[in-house]
Amino acid sequence: MKLLAMSRNDILLFVGFVIFTLAGPIILEPFGAGYPDLLQKFAIFGIFALGFNILFGLTGYLSFGHAAFLGAGSYTAVWTFKLFSMNPIPAIILSTLIGGIFAAAIGFISLRRTGIYFSILTLAFAQMSYNLAYSVLTPITNGETGLQLAQSDPRVLDVALGRDYGAVLPSSDFFGLEMTGYPGFYFCAIFLIICFFIKIRIFRSPFGLMLRAVKSNQNRLNYTGVNSRPYDLSAFIISGMYAGLAGGLLAVTDPLAGAERMQWTASGEVVLMTILGGAGTLIGPVIGAGAIKYFENIFSAFNDTILMNAFSFLPEVLQSAAVSVTSLFVGEGWHLTLGALFMLIVIFLPGGLMEGFKRISAMIKKRMNGGSDGSASSNPTTSA
Amino acid sequence: MDAIFLQVLNGLDKGGAYALIALGLTLIFGTLGVVNFAHGALFMLGAFVAVAFKSILSLEQVTIDPTRMTAWGTPMEIRQPFVEVWFGDLGATVLEYSVPFAILAAIPTMLFIGLVMERGLIQFFYKRPHADQILVTFGLAIVVQEIIKSIFGANPIPQPAPEIAKGMIDFGVALGFDAGNVVYPAWRLIYFLFSLSVIAVVFAFLQFTTFGMVVRAGMADRETVGLLGIDIDRRFTIVFGIAALVAGLAGLMYTPILSPDYHMGMDFLVLSFVVVVVGGMGSLSGAVLAGFLLGILQSFASMNEVKAIFPGIDQIIIYLIAVVVLLVRPRGLMGRKGVMEH
Repeated sequence: MKLLAMSRNDILLFVGFVIFTLAGPIILEPFGAGYPDLLQKFAIFGIFALGFNILFGLTGYLSFGHAAFLGAGSYTAVWTFKLFSMNPIPAIILSTLIGGIFAAAIGFISLRRTGIYFSILTLAFAQMSYNLAYSVLTPITNGETGLQLAQSDPRVLDVALGRDYGAVLPSSDFFGLEMTGYPGFYFCAIFLIICFFIKIRIFRSPFGLMLRAVKSNQNRLNYTGVNSRPYDLSAFIISGMYAGLAGGLLAVTDPLAGAERMQWTASGEVVLMTILGGAGTLIGPVIGAGAIKYFENIFSAFNDTILMNAFSFLPEVLQSAAVSVTSLFVGEGWHLTLGALFMLIVIFLPGGLMEGFKRISAMIKKRMNGGSDGSASSNPTTSA
Repeated sequence: MDAIFLQVLNGLDKGGAYALIALGLTLIFGTLGVVNFAHGALFMLGAFVAVAFKSILSLEQVTIDPTRMTAWGTPMEIRQPFVEVWFGDLGATVLEYSVPFAILAAIPTMLFIGLVMERGLIQFFYKRPHADQILVTFGLAIVVQEIIKSIFGANPIPQPAPEIAKGMIDFGVALGFDAGNVVYPAWRLIYFLFSLSVIAVVFAFLQFTTFGMVVRAGMADRETVGLLGIDIDRRFTIVFGIAALVAGLAGLMYTPILSPDYHMGMDFLVLSFVVVVVGGMGSLSGAVLAGFLLGILQSFASMNEVKAIFPGIDQIIIYLIAVVVLLVRPRGLMGRKGVMEH
């Protein structure tokens, strides 16, 4: 198998993606997003959305329960920290595995049904996990407080290697490199790049083609004698592993896990990220995840004083009116913006931002060619 | 025996709420073919009609009584709701019965909201894939929820039941059980009867009126009904309004049982979808049956005896049943062939 046999466009896209990711702190500096905490979120939720897109973008199965895998990954990572070692590598490996196992179990049942039944089944499973994490599983999940590290944790491996954290609460470190700030971001970024590479390979593989066939017409696929179930299930498991990895990374950068990560609104958020960026596109979900986390960060920081200043050019009556209207959408009301954005995207731009870019570039091309070019028709399922 | 009977009773009010929401969901799905994730928001809006109605009624007139002094030496303020000032005892009664009286306000409000929603948003999504419908209504649900939150705040707002319905009814005696064994809050019983009568009205409307006949015909074969010269789209719009009204009334009457807050809709929505799926997509009687069934099963699962054997079963019973039903009877308990097969 030729691992690097990619088309020129894909190589360009991948190289561009690597450069953009690694230089992220510099490139995003002018936008006020050049600080590690936010960049980590971009990378982690980028991975989450990338994985979700392998399922939704390729096979068209709309899962409303992916947050369950994210939550499971987080819990696994924190438990690995507690029991074995503060080194993030075992935590990441285990959380990816557990994400995959969860996905295999849930997918095995949910994938028996398609369409809206599938959505509701995954939703039911996610809610079930969420409710269990809050109630019966409290010994494992620590219920409402959330799972935290403690000084008295055993940390078998660390002890065996003679590492002692003394009287302070340990934080995760990669062979001495603390996983906060920029090292934390680069740790996540490397996984983002690996995940992106795997995703390109999946998109361009015969396996990926099979998944697309499931989306366009599953019946016909079955009539040709193909059993599509194994393909669907593999896609579901892969996306579950991506989610588990993302959950693990969340715990690596901030060793804490809570049940609210599994709530179905969290599942809805990853759907939105994918749709906003462009379902079925390679890079769209990362852009969607970045955009949402970026605006969440900016909008929720706004308060009335900032707004007053922003509208200070208006006469006083208009100013207070403008402030009271906009304050609905920012700060605490960020979710309102999110919901409205959700609707607008689905109504006007079902292909997401990537389709928007493509339409604009097609328009420019048309302008340049004097309107003779007819090949610019947009096809959201097969794009870079 | 009486313990079992009590659990059945306990499940009935919640089951009634599930049944009413699921009924509306099924109506919308059967007529318009739209999966409405914003239906929980309509349930919540109904509850907040009651909240708004009560807070308007309790607007107070403040008069200062100079003859009496408070402990701080300032003149005593006398607060009295305007309705009581203007209408005397009648006003006081209306205020006391604010929840049932709010139904009068809810009927036009919910119908209006439903019609606006259908004309303003849903009608553009008839031809779009189900995934798009789910997503856009999900977005709408978030928007509605956040608007309510910004108006009424995030905390639950208790809505007391009328004094007469606050007590418990010991009707085990009437059925031959020992006194004190089957005691049941009166309002829950009222809610159950209310939900039954709403369901009966909806079914009667569909079964015995010309309008209902046309709607049923449209559910079976929309195109042919259209070819007969009937404006089926307009009827379906009205059906959407009715479904919104049913959900709203369900939420409104539920307020004394569960103090409404802005996310109560979401909590009920997920469960109601499960109810619809268990009952069978597109089957009205299936939705009602499954609603009550799941409500009762949930109340059985929260018995201490059951929880001792299966800890946490009360949290997941409904989802568990949905999983089993979908695997054993993929079309749900009473689902028809050919509905939502894709």
